[in-house]
Amino acid sequence: MTVEIALLLAQDGVANGAIYVLVALGIVLIFVVTRVIFVPFGDIVAYAAMTLAAIQSGRRPGTIWLVLVLAALALLFETVSLLRRRAAHRLPRAALLYLCLPALPAAATWLLAGRTLPMAAEIALTLALVLPIAPLLYRVAFRPIADAPVLLLLIVAVALHFATSGVALLFFGPEGARPQPLTRALFDLGGIIFPGQMVVMLVGSALFSFLLFVFFGRSLTGKALRATAVNRVGARLVGIKPTTAGALAFLVASALAGISGVLIGPMTTLYYDSGFVIGLKAFVGAIIGGLVSYPLAALGALFVGLLESYAAFLDSSLKEIVVFSTLIPVLVWRSMVFGQGSEDEEEQMES
Amino acid sequence: MPRRLLLALPAVAVLAVLPLLLGAFGMTLMNYTGIYALVALGLVLLTGVGGLTSFGQAAFVGIGAYATAWYSALHGGSPWIGLVLALLLTGGTATILGLATLRLGGHLLPLSTIAWGIAIYYLFGNIETLGLHNGISGIPPIAIGPLSFNDPIASYYLIWILLGLATLFCANLLDSREGRAVRSLRGGVALAESQGIDTFRVRLEIFVLAALLAGLSGWLYAHVQRYVGPSAFDIRPSIEYLFMAMLGGAGHVAGAVVGAAAVLLLKNVVQDILPLLTQNSGQLEIVVFGSLFIVMLQNARSGIVPFIARRLPRRPPPPPIAAAPLPARPPLAAGSPLLSVAGVTKRFGGLVAVNNVGFELAAGEILGLIGPNGAGKSTMFNLITGVLKPDAGRIIFRGEDIAGMKAPRIAARGIARTFQHVKLRPSMTLLENTMLGAYVRTRAGLVAGALCLDREEERSARADALEQLRRVGLAERAHELAGNLPLGQQRVLEIARALAAAPLLIILDEPAAGLRHLEKATLADLLRALRREGLTILLVEHDMEFVMGLVDRIVVMDFGAKLAEGMPEAIRADPSVQEAYLGGVA
Amino acid sequence: MSALLEAADLQIAYGKVEAVRGVSLSMQEGQIVAVIGPNGAGKTTLLGALMGLLPSRGSILYDGVDLASLDVEQRVARGLCLVPERRELFGEMSVADNLLLGAYTHRRDRAGTRRDLDSVYQRFPVLAERSAQSAGTLSGGERQMLALGRALMARPRLLLLDEPSLGLAPLIVREIFRIVIGLRELGVSILLVEQNARAALQTADYGYVLETGEIALHGKASDLLHDPRIAATYLGGGVV
Repeated sequence: MTVEIALLLAQDGVANGAIYVLVALGIVLIFVVTRVIFVPFGDIVAYAAMTLAAIQSGRRPGTIWLVLVLAALALLFETVSLLRRRAAHRLPRAALLYLCLPALPAAATWLLAGRTLPMAAEIALTLALVLPIAPLLYRVAFRPIADAPVLLLLIVAVALHFATSGVALLFFGPEGARPQPLTRALFDLGGIIFPGQMVVMLVGSALFSFLLFVFFGRSLTGKALRATAVNRVGARLVGIKPTTAGALAFLVASALAGISGVLIGPMTTLYYDSGFVIGLKAFVGAIIGGLVSYPLAALGALFVGLLESYAAFLDSSLKEIVVFSTLIPVLVWRSMVFGQGSEDEEEQMES
Repeated sequence: MPRRLLLALPAVAVLAVLPLLLGAFGMTLMNYTGIYALVALGLVLLTGVGGLTSFGQAAFVGIGAYATAWYSALHGGSPWIGLVLALLLTGGTATILGLATLRLGGHLLPLSTIAWGIAIYYLFGNIETLGLHNGISGIPPIAIGPLSFNDPIASYYLIWILLGLATLFCANLLDSREGRAVRSLRGGVALAESQGIDTFRVRLEIFVLAALLAGLSGWLYAHVQRYVGPSAFDIRPSIEYLFMAMLGGAGHVAGAVVGAAAVLLLKNVVQDILPLLTQNSGQLEIVVFGSLFIVMLQNARSGIVPFIARRLPRRPPPPPIAAAPLPARPPLAAGSPLLSVAGVTKRFGGLVAVNNVGFELAAGEILGLIGPNGAGKSTMFNLITGVLKPDAGRIIFRGEDIAGMKAPRIAARGIARTFQHVKLRPSMTLLENTMLGAYVRTRAGLVAGALCLDREEERSARADALEQLRRVGLAERAHELAGNLPLGQQRVLEIARALAAAPLLIILDEPAAGLRHLEKATLADLLRALRREGLTILLVEHDMEFVMGLVDRIVVMDFGAKLAEGMPEAIRADPSVQEAYLGGVA
Repeated sequence: MSALLEAADLQIAYGKVEAVRGVSLSMQEGQIVAVIGPNGAGKTTLLGALMGLLPSRGSILYDGVDLASLDVEQRVARGLCLVPERRELFGEMSVADNLLLGAYTHRRDRAGTRRDLDSVYQRFPVLAERSAQSAGTLSGGERQMLALGRALMARPRLLLLDEPSLGLAPLIVREIFRIVIGLRELGVSILLVEQNARAALQTADYGYVLETGEIALHGKASDLLHDPRIAATYLGGGVV
């Protein structure tokens, strides 16, 4: 391996790692606030890329139907729960939140399909369409069992991934999709060529990581999310509703997934099931970072990107095996250095 | 054992004549039900009973299937040697993975199973000798001499006989010493460790056993299907196995079969119905499947078998059988030194929770360790029982320094404990909970238990546990579930469990907390009776009233240090103790 | 004058275990009421139910409103605030952030929050000194002050204090009780749960003695302070 190839591989690895960083941040955010290990995260990344590709090719993306079906389901769940608590007066607000708001971008996409739009509008439409997906999934799949052990939440998340990837196959078909690059410019840096799209990815990832950092550090809403993550009882005692915080975490994560999809889409052809592996790799990064710290998760994700890039050079078929096998020594090392994870939850005394 | 056979007989009879009733399609369905049920059976042990979730069982099935396929199809070997190979490889892989990952706590363990599950899956598709993504075809059927299992009906008998034997093996295991250890794992290791159980070893045992069952299933799969390819060993089938175990009822061996059958039927129904509704049925199938799994987890977590079992009459308890007594420790001469704590210190960060505390305890004595909230009593307790490691000082028990020893080893030396927040297994009977205490006095291992080679020792342990329950006054309720007891009796049951270890010293952690007056009085009477029998007791308690009439001597702790030591009346009159308890004048 | 808090026949159970049985208590606006009793008597459980953290049977009227249909967050918004035994601070966040989050229910009133923050800093100068430090690095006494300060940011009408003296050195205990008396002068009513019976009864107007989940005694705090039965509850001998 020459220095030049090593640099090229590093360039590739950092670019992929940049996306894993965004995905890892989203996964960590959801985990610390709601204790859900959100396995379908990668599927939403794929949704975003495939939605953008569909809009660009003038078709109506299946995401429209997905959002509408999810919104209807979520409204149904919310209605039942409100009626059970005898809070019928809150129904109009629920209808607005769970049905009308998600339906807006869906309707806009439907109406605008087939027209030539500026790329910024296409991207905005894609992001708006993808944004409600994770919060709606949270309402339907996780809210009813919000107090369940982490393990049960994890099993539900894995089952949910099957549903979401099946939906992707249904709506987008087995063919791959690849949106237009955001820029076709090429940069020459001391003999090494950087595609503009790659630069956009790096800058985008850095920018949104920074925005997230500001959101958590400066805004009261961001602080409320952190507070819920740090101490759920404490958060309740100052009046932060865990369910509101959960929905918010999923919303922010959904935005991150949408951005990741838009950024990574033009670099590689994505299939209906590509999201899972993207999510899992980011996830390996997040675990390397310990699943609690944002900067460490970001570093871990970058490391995975680089590892993958170098492993692919040695033998392209080995890259998945290398990335996933790395997790085991990392977990073992973590458990030796930091001791056991959380004590398993105590079995409930049956009544 | 005979009773269990009696119960199983009708089921066996129905299964035996089933091929006469079902068509070819039905037989195929039954065969796959049996093959999948073997994997689900492993998950029942691992996840349902032991509380360890694996998202990677399909990888073990794959190792078993590929091992035998490689040997029999590519090298023309016998499927039976293929079986040996399959079991060796799955068992070996599981041992290595287990040694590496089973110490992981909480959700990290299931996550690691996703990782190796996927890594192994990708491996199958990338090894050239295993046919890359095309897999291996032309696998011969299993044969015994001239008898070849190459049609569905012959395979059916082979599969279901193996499944029956495996189910029996697991059922016997759960009803043995090691099985009770597995059942005690769920919900935190503190209880198991305090009973002298090496939880890591037990976890490893069931992890390997579950993998072996998956390997056996893979072997059958390869020879019935006559072809193996990587896609059957992805993470998706792993989830389906988990679904089977949970839908069937993850705590019951029968749940594996019921769950596998239910999932297969469900898939067939979905496959039949969906095409009527949409053209995209193939894609929708997995969506419907995932959604159903979620609905089940949200609404009916315990599964089918427990739902039915709750509605069946409970079987009458077996009559007590006379048995040889379990080995007991020779009693100690009253007054001889038993426990000596000297200069023990424990810090948490900057906080000194226990500061240079020392006291002595002689055989036959009841010593009270008291103090207000936050005085460091519980920390002291955890230091003696091996839950925590002291930063300095010695804890001498019968001449041996046990400071820093792990809890199971301390339990094995004859120190039994109870818990302030009662730790019982609510779904085990009083008798089974008590027998857990006898773990340190018995020896039978996993295989002995599963093959019923332990029955003599088991009878002794049962008789001994009944005797302990009688000692504490719970003998009439021996066969009820522990979860049905009120708090006062749960505390008493913990004492029975401690007695079953035939300990030299019992340490009780705030046994009176939360009890009503009458319950406290009953408990005090019981402890007095035990002292008369020569037992040595260390009572860590906040409730002064409870301690006063009961103990020989009292050690008072406050702010992590020893405040006073002496006879109960002197302690009660001590102004510094009064101040510690009632608070100073503000 | 109607009571600020009126709990009647409360039953609180963990699974099958009844931790609190048939407890009734009431307090007026502006009062300090102490609930004392030994470990395991059910004091913390009682506060948990009043706050809505634990389900209970019986009725709880707060300012004339039945609390049954209100969740924890809604109770906080109505000025019912708990300072729990474990403090439940946001350990990895700064002291200032902890206090700001205390005002979460008034988050739209920025100017008011600012004023509240200043007055908390005035009351607890040590918190102002440490405002940028993370809450996890504070000493036991400072943590208790931060927990009190965070609750004050929510503009409480009724403050539920759980064992404010627990684990603190005697000098700091004295300081904490001085602060509690100061809070009453702000117009905050206080329900004080304490093991430190003498200090609590010296501070309070009225007292309840809780024993194994039931109210064993109640009366004016000054009467209870010298009641020999209190010492018996703690040190043994039994309440008649």
